[in-house]
Amino acid sequence: MTQRNIHTNHQGNLMASTRRTFLKSAPLVLAAAGLLSMPAFAADTIKVGVLHSLSGTMAISETSLKDMALFAIDQINAKGGVLGKKLEPVVVDPASNWPLFAEKARQLLSKDKVAVTFGCWTSVSRKSVLPVYEELNGLLFYPVQYEGEEMSPNVFYTGAAPNQQAIPAVEYLMSKEGGAAKRFFLLGTDYVYPRTTNKILRAFLHSKGVKDEDIQEMYTPFGHSDYQTIVGNIKKFAAGGKTAVISTINGDSNVPFYKELGNQGLKATDVPVVAFSVGEEELKGIDAKPLVGHLAAWNYFMSVKNPVNSKWIADYRAWAKKKGLANADKLVTNDPMEATYVGINMWAEAVKKAGTTDVAAVTKAMAGIKFAAPSGFTLEMDPKNHHLHKPVMIGEIQSNGQFSVVWKTKAPIRAQPWSPFIPGNDKKPDTPVKSK
Amino acid sequence: MQLFKPLILLLSLCSSLVAASPLTELAHADPADRAGLITQWTVQADGPRRQAVAALEEGRLFSSADGSHVLLQGTDGKLSDVDSGQLVAGDAASLDTLPVNNSVRSALEAFHAAGDLADPDRNKRLSAIQALQDSANPGLLPLLLSRQRQEQDSQVKQALHMASARLQLASPLVAQRLQAIGVLADSADPATVSLLAPLASEAGEQDASVRAAASQAISAIKTSQWRYNMLGYAFSGISLGSVLLLAALGLAITYGLLGVINMAHGEMLMIGAYASYVVQNLFRTWWPGAFDAYLLAALPVAFAVTFVIGMALERLIIRHLYGRPLETLLATWGISLMLIQAVRILFGAQNVEVANPSWLSGGWEITPALTLPYNRLAIIAFVAAVLVLTWLVLNKTRLGLFVRAVTQNRRMADSVGVPTGKVDMLAFGLGSGIAGLGGVALSQIGNVGPELGQGYIVDSFMVVVLGGVGQLAGTVTGAMGLGIVNKILEPSLGAVLGKILILGFIILFIQKRPQGLFALKGRVLD
Repeated sequence: MTQRNIHTNHQGNLMASTRRTFLKSAPLVLAAAGLLSMPAFAADTIKVGVLHSLSGTMAISETSLKDMALFAIDQINAKGGVLGKKLEPVVVDPASNWPLFAEKARQLLSKDKVAVTFGCWTSVSRKSVLPVYEELNGLLFYPVQYEGEEMSPNVFYTGAAPNQQAIPAVEYLMSKEGGAAKRFFLLGTDYVYPRTTNKILRAFLHSKGVKDEDIQEMYTPFGHSDYQTIVGNIKKFAAGGKTAVISTINGDSNVPFYKELGNQGLKATDVPVVAFSVGEEELKGIDAKPLVGHLAAWNYFMSVKNPVNSKWIADYRAWAKKKGLANADKLVTNDPMEATYVGINMWAEAVKKAGTTDVAAVTKAMAGIKFAAPSGFTLEMDPKNHHLHKPVMIGEIQSNGQFSVVWKTKAPIRAQPWSPFIPGNDKKPDTPVKSK
Repeated sequence: MQLFKPLILLLSLCSSLVAASPLTELAHADPADRAGLITQWTVQADGPRRQAVAALEEGRLFSSADGSHVLLQGTDGKLSDVDSGQLVAGDAASLDTLPVNNSVRSALEAFHAAGDLADPDRNKRLSAIQALQDSANPGLLPLLLSRQRQEQDSQVKQALHMASARLQLASPLVAQRLQAIGVLADSADPATVSLLAPLASEAGEQDASVRAAASQAISAIKTSQWRYNMLGYAFSGISLGSVLLLAALGLAITYGLLGVINMAHGEMLMIGAYASYVVQNLFRTWWPGAFDAYLLAALPVAFAVTFVIGMALERLIIRHLYGRPLETLLATWGISLMLIQAVRILFGAQNVEVANPSWLSGGWEITPALTLPYNRLAIIAFVAAVLVLTWLVLNKTRLGLFVRAVTQNRRMADSVGVPTGKVDMLAFGLGSGIAGLGGVALSQIGNVGPELGQGYIVDSFMVVVLGGVGQLAGTVTGAMGLGIVNKILEPSLGAVLGKILILGFIILFIQKRPQGLFALKGRVLD
């Protein structure tokens, strides 16, 4: 309730000073006054921040994560909440604007006093909020696959590290089953995630005997929309031998990229494109027929068949229908949505275990927490490195915009946030340390 | 069962000895070998093999819940074990089908293509040959050669010739290899280079004459490729130029002729794009049969909407700010923010999907190395049409005459009875309407969202300023120049650095020549 009072601060210093006398003299009166000034239930809720871009270039991917977070929160509330309190979501829109992410994060932590935040998609947004979470000792759950090279005590990473997505995907492309690719075209959006991932992949490819002339790297700005030359270049590069494209393009640039691929007639049987940031949600806006056979590597696909997944999808759609979301019965689910869902449930579980929402206690309780995820596997939060153990799946795009799984690991694998393919990482500790 | 698996595999491998049916053979093959098995069957396809392949292709083969058996779904929907043939209880909907991945898919394509080689439809024959040559299956050679002898159509015969030459590269006979290289030297397909490369190296080829022929053929192909590459660059440059021109053409009128620094120009593009989204949805609901025509209907709608909005803006706001460029700039910027927010409230902050009608999907394949997408070709044609229309309006109509008169000397025009206020309003509406038309075209190549205009406003001003204010010809040259230079720089420098370089270049250029490429002579702009 104190944060509510801060809202009213602008009414004048007089109020603030009277409140101070209040505080000293009669805490009971203050509590009563506080209750009058806000909805009655607010006192027994736990605030949960949702920090996803709802506008701008990343809205295509992040909006559904916000919906999923709200769904998971409603589901937990329907079961009685945690510690006898309901969760109260605080949704903010950082608008695909990286400095705004830090600003909104600070607002969530110091003004709204959220117990935990679920948010961010791009690594650049995570990097910009990281100092805020470390400074104010907040807790962030990050639901998207990323480049690793980070392990903060204030963050839980429920998306994949490179060894849970990128490296298995390239191994698959090099296998006989995946088409035995010899040349690799690394195409990405120009920021930290694609650049670091490609650095790791280049080192990995070198270790497999692929030479530098068989690797080409190319970057485009956020929101780039003219992929003519790049698709032309891919065609030319592919003339030198069996080629695969590894795409780390993020956001709505994927739509013009895939449109151009289809229009220029580059088929997946000739040059497969494996994407790390394209899922069911991004494919919604594209005619998938020319894209059949292009790949994506994730830790979950909507098409996996198991009871947990079908119930999850059905419940989510029913919730969306109740909330009046557009096309509720056609909503899709994807990997980062699953990671968001797993993250929120694990956090709630950890809070119950710890008996408090205190960041240090919850962090301790998170170690080793298990959750039966929609991917069909029981996922476990690693006791040490703040990353989930995840299964790896490779799916091919079908004409209906869904993926069919063509390869998957038998069991979840442990994350290696410090990739062994980057020199110097072997000396890094396997436990989170605050960045300096 | 795990123990039996290798045994079954072994059995299926020596199918000539044991009567393992093709179905069990295919079902139990290692996923990595399945494509190879289908390729092997391509030349000896018989009834049971076709049925087995069809079952896999139609997704009627499932692995059982524990992964030890493979189940076949019959036409009646019931599941049976492929090994024993016995019916098995279970629901196919909860089981995973045997995956059909890219390598299996291309093997399947070749499998069907072998049957299509004798198809009466010549286009079908041509695509069959294409599929077979991609599969690079040496077992196909006799089939291709026999078809080559029977084939009447010269183009198909040539394609068969090329396809068999590819396979003959592996022939043990020197003469045959040489002949194959000779055939492939005329190929327009860049992939041939990688086929010939091993024959040009000492490691891959013992015979010196073959090596020489191969390297000669490679350089011949590369020369012809170079020509197509240049053609490709030119096309993408013109295509980008035409997109820039579409975006800038409206601004060339509002800023170029009227001198209004119109920061809300980008939003006119955005409104045009949203107009096509609305028309598309109307067609989807009411006339799904005529869906492909929605884009044509969107053009007048987009023009009308933006024309009216433009006139309203001029009448209500901009009119009062003539002669005060700084205030105009700020006011129009404010309008642009308001329009963005209005669209966000109406349609949501997310991008909306604007589908390509089927006649704009795909491309015209000139050679395997160069495909011109239809949507790009259509935009080039469209911008040419809009340009001609704009020129006609400005130069052949009474309104155009008035617009030119007012721009050249407002007071004189006023005193000879030109209604300058009305002309200003109509001209601003025209510029906005053209921007709306541009928005319809942009909806076909990029994303449609509330911020669409923001991405084009800088480019549009760049084009108009570079081209020279007040001249259509300047705008055209500016747009095409920027497009082509951008596409020349992009392959070597990357998209990011290329853009920076161009900005730097324009700054330098404007320093040297503030009036732009084409300047109007005389006391035109004050």
